[in-house]
Amino acid sequence: MIIEGFIALYIFMLAAFTGYEIISKVPVILHTPLMSGSNFVHGIVLVGTMVALGHATTPLEQAIGFVAVILAAGNAVGGYVVTERMLEMFKTSKKDDKKGDNA
Amino acid sequence: MSMIINLAYFAAAVLFIVGLKQMSSPTTARPGIIWAGVGMVIATLVTFVHPEVSGGVNYTLIILGIVIGGGLAWWSGKKVAMTDMPQMIALYNGMGGGAAAGIGAIYLLQATPETVSNTGLAIATTGSLIGSVAFSGSLVAYAKLQGLMKKTFHFPGQQVVNIAIFVITVILGFMLATSGGEIGSATLLLFFVLSLAFGILMTLPIGGADMPVVISLYNALTGLAVGLKGIVLDNPALMIAGIVVGAAGTLLTQLMAKAMNRPIKNILFSQFGGGGGGAEEAIEGTMKEIQANDAGIMMAYAEKVIIVPGYGMAVAQAQHKIWEFTQLLQKRGVDVKFAIHPVAGRMPGHMNVLLAEAGVPYDIIFDLDEINEEFKTADVAMVIGANDVVNPVARTNPDSPIYGMPILNADEAKNVICVKRGKGSGFSGIENHLFYADNNQMLYGDGQKVAAELVASVKALG
Repeated sequence: MIIEGFIALYIFMLAAFTGYEIISKVPVILHTPLMSGSNFVHGIVLVGTMVALGHATTPLEQAIGFVAVILAAGNAVGGYVVTERMLEMFKTSKKDDKKGDNA
Repeated sequence: MSMIINLAYFAAAVLFIVGLKQMSSPTTARPGIIWAGVGMVIATLVTFVHPEVSGGVNYTLIILGIVIGGGLAWWSGKKVAMTDMPQMIALYNGMGGGAAAGIGAIYLLQATPETVSNTGLAIATTGSLIGSVAFSGSLVAYAKLQGLMKKTFHFPGQQVVNIAIFVITVILGFMLATSGGEIGSATLLLFFVLSLAFGILMTLPIGGADMPVVISLYNALTGLAVGLKGIVLDNPALMIAGIVVGAAGTLLTQLMAKAMNRPIKNILFSQFGGGGGGAEEAIEGTMKEIQANDAGIMMAYAEKVIIVPGYGMAVAQAQHKIWEFTQLLQKRGVDVKFAIHPVAGRMPGHMNVLLAEAGVPYDIIFDLDEINEEFKTADVAMVIGANDVVNPVARTNPDSPIYGMPILNADEAKNVICVKRGKGSGFSGIENHLFYADNNQMLYGDGQKVAAELVASVKALG
């Protein structure tokens, strides 16, 4: 085990604050792409399903693992495609002459 | 080898956080998602050499699963219309929740008293419950938004049934968590069946107007479930990405619920106006009708026009024509701005996405706080396909279910034009007093057709 007891709790806490901080500065116009983007990020569950299927032994475990990999791949790929499509459309009426940095 | 794997997972976690951070500004949002995508590819590739992933059949199944799931998602994601984005996100999110529940199921099936601790079991069980609810709940949300399912679904004693199922599920989960690894397959099966059933029953009574909040909530839940699976699988990348999304999603859900002035528990456990309605204030005035031609001319000679789009614009696919109309007005020197209510449409920022699709630059699009003071100085406010978000009773009538919800003060403009398909009330079923105001005129018709007529009327002026 790499992550032992309280260390896991610390990671949990710090990650939660990180997530909270990142979102708190997002303008309303990006809420949908952002929800979609965060939806993509939890597509990392794909890695977990790969490991779970990787050490599945019985047919039942393999069947569940296989479905889980399909679902997770759908989450990751679909999340990426729709987010990227949405963000591609955002542009400003002011051309490139101004380096917009309104973070 | 494990050094490389751990480094890759670390890099992925960093890329996810940087990517999400960059998505907080329109100028860097696109690179943000690409960086997060790079992180995902790195993490996925390196998992193929993970020591716990053994060769043979499982390897083939993994590749096959990625090709099938990824392929279908790629195809559907490229094809889906911008207006249908909310249900697509709900669907992909549900898939993630289902995957997390699947990991939990395998973990619990493999559990033996020698290999697991009660802590591990408790975390796996909690994650499975949350993942299952997010899975079935998201699928119901998808079905509702896609129009595959009747909008709401009630039966007597619904809440009692929901609570009973939830309590039984939690008790079963507690049994699993304290089993020490001796898990009965009947208990396990019943636990998952009831978890899934609870997700469905919880989502069924929730109406379309509240869907943005619900999708966002399930997004947060899936993140949390993934994070918990990260602890179970001892995988920091899963843990960090999942928890970051869980926290971010929770905040987003709160922001949305706040914008609607609807506490989250009211959205989940009650229905809009279900009690047969309080005292409706008597409406004064009458609805006046205006023709598209007159409306077009009125705006062509205005100095400042504010357009308030709502879900009706999305349904009518009117955003392209509206942008064409806007450009014509701009050429005549009219100052045109778009005002977006936080919950207009079916997702937060839904309108922004549609307007961006049509090519409207985001610097003439404003949210509620930025523009509400400006309605006083506007000559015309044109409301297209929005209803509850401009209803002044939210300010004036304490008995109204939407009282206290922040609204766009379109009624303060000198003239208001409401583009609307028919004479019915909005999604919430509440009469809109704005339609009866002295400075308001109704422009009836399909959004796209009306917008085309507006374009024609301005072009005719030369």
